[in-house]
Amino acid sequence: MQRLDHMKESASQTAGPYVHIGLAPSRAGFDVYAQELGLDITGPEAPGERIRVEGMVFDGTGTSIRDVLIETWQADAAGIHPHPEDPRAAQVAPGFRGWGRVVPDFATGLWSFDTIKPGVVAGWGGRPQAPHISFWLVARGINIGLQTRLYFADEAEANAADPVLNLVEQVHRRATLIAAREEREGLPVYRFDIRLQGDGETVFLDV
Amino acid sequence: MTLPEYFQRDRTWQPPAFTPDYKTSVLRSPRLPLLSLHGTLSEMTGPTFGHGDIGPFDNDLLRNFAQTGEPIGERIIVHGRVLDENGRGVPHTLVEVWQANAGGRYRHKTDMYLAPLDPNFGGCGRTVTDAEGAFAFRTIKPGAYPWRNWINSWRPAHIHVSVMGSGFCQRLITQMYFEGDPLIPRCPIVATIPDPRAVEQLTAVLDMNEGRALDCLAYKFDIVLRGRRSTFFENRPEGN
Repeated sequence: MQRLDHMKESASQTAGPYVHIGLAPSRAGFDVYAQELGLDITGPEAPGERIRVEGMVFDGTGTSIRDVLIETWQADAAGIHPHPEDPRAAQVAPGFRGWGRVVPDFATGLWSFDTIKPGVVAGWGGRPQAPHISFWLVARGINIGLQTRLYFADEAEANAADPVLNLVEQVHRRATLIAAREEREGLPVYRFDIRLQGDGETVFLDV
Repeated sequence: MTLPEYFQRDRTWQPPAFTPDYKTSVLRSPRLPLLSLHGTLSEMTGPTFGHGDIGPFDNDLLRNFAQTGEPIGERIIVHGRVLDENGRGVPHTLVEVWQANAGGRYRHKTDMYLAPLDPNFGGCGRTVTDAEGAFAFRTIKPGAYPWRNWINSWRPAHIHVSVMGSGFCQRLITQMYFEGDPLIPRCPIVATIPDPRAVEQLTAVLDMNEGRALDCLAYKFDIVLRGRRSTFFENRPEGN
């Protein structure tokens, strides 16, 4: 019999408590790079609704995790990613990066980032996916990065038809992926708490 | 247009979330199963980086923070390639590293270990792979250090490595260990990995050929990200 010559993916290891040194050194308490990456998701010119997203990440006892590091990835307001494999990449909004690195306040665990609300992205077989932001979480105690998605509460109709949300068999758990909206001094703010374990455990994805 | 799908992640090869001997994982591990799904454009795309994003010396940890002289410790080059499971180099992808200094102390406001900081060592670096997926860093070999797990747990010398990949679903953070370190088989974090071959894959090998005479040693460390299927036939995922 012949042998397959596929290699194996390198095993993940926890990012540990000092992940900020590598990925956000100014938050570790020192400056080394001329520019830190992932601080500006949209650039100043990208069209779309400017929003803030904030939340906390909780462990199985309900304690906020203050040493988490989150990365986010999203399309622009027209649903286009700045990536060569997006068929519409040439039309992506000017200056739009789509990617952010988010670190909570070390005292409280509250994190936030500013972006624009993404548009609809084609899913399987061209079926539209409701607007969403992909999240990837690492921290001490997390052996392999956890992926999930944020959906928007004011997109109820699109969310009801979203092919990924509809794969969550326990219907009440879909709510763990939907961020509530409020207005704060004219700025739309979405609240997205992530529960790693226990009551209201967030749906995590293996994609 | 149909994009080639990524190979599924082998969850029996990767560490599970719940690994009680690594105590911090106990309360930070989901108890409910992950929802497995085919990637969509949202996961098959991901951030891209160019040389404009990073500085020319960002991959030289001997120099990128030095104030008054050279950092203390064993000088090394770490070089390797980022590959996918098909053995193809992953070009132009961001690789970031961070580590403790030669005494095992991190430059982080929450690290209280008694070993001293090195005024000439920051402990982080970054680079973008070349067209063949190759990368290199210059640094000092990090020291082992104790941590609170059991009363006297020690981490083997290691360098944290973050690789962006071409798509968001390839995103990976891991740790590079050093050939011959007796702390590797004693480490509860290493032991989260179920298969000893996967630990070997994270153990960098001494590479005398790439060392610099009268200057530094070298270690080779390749990193493998998820591969992608060939597009012999188009797929018809569910709902189609």
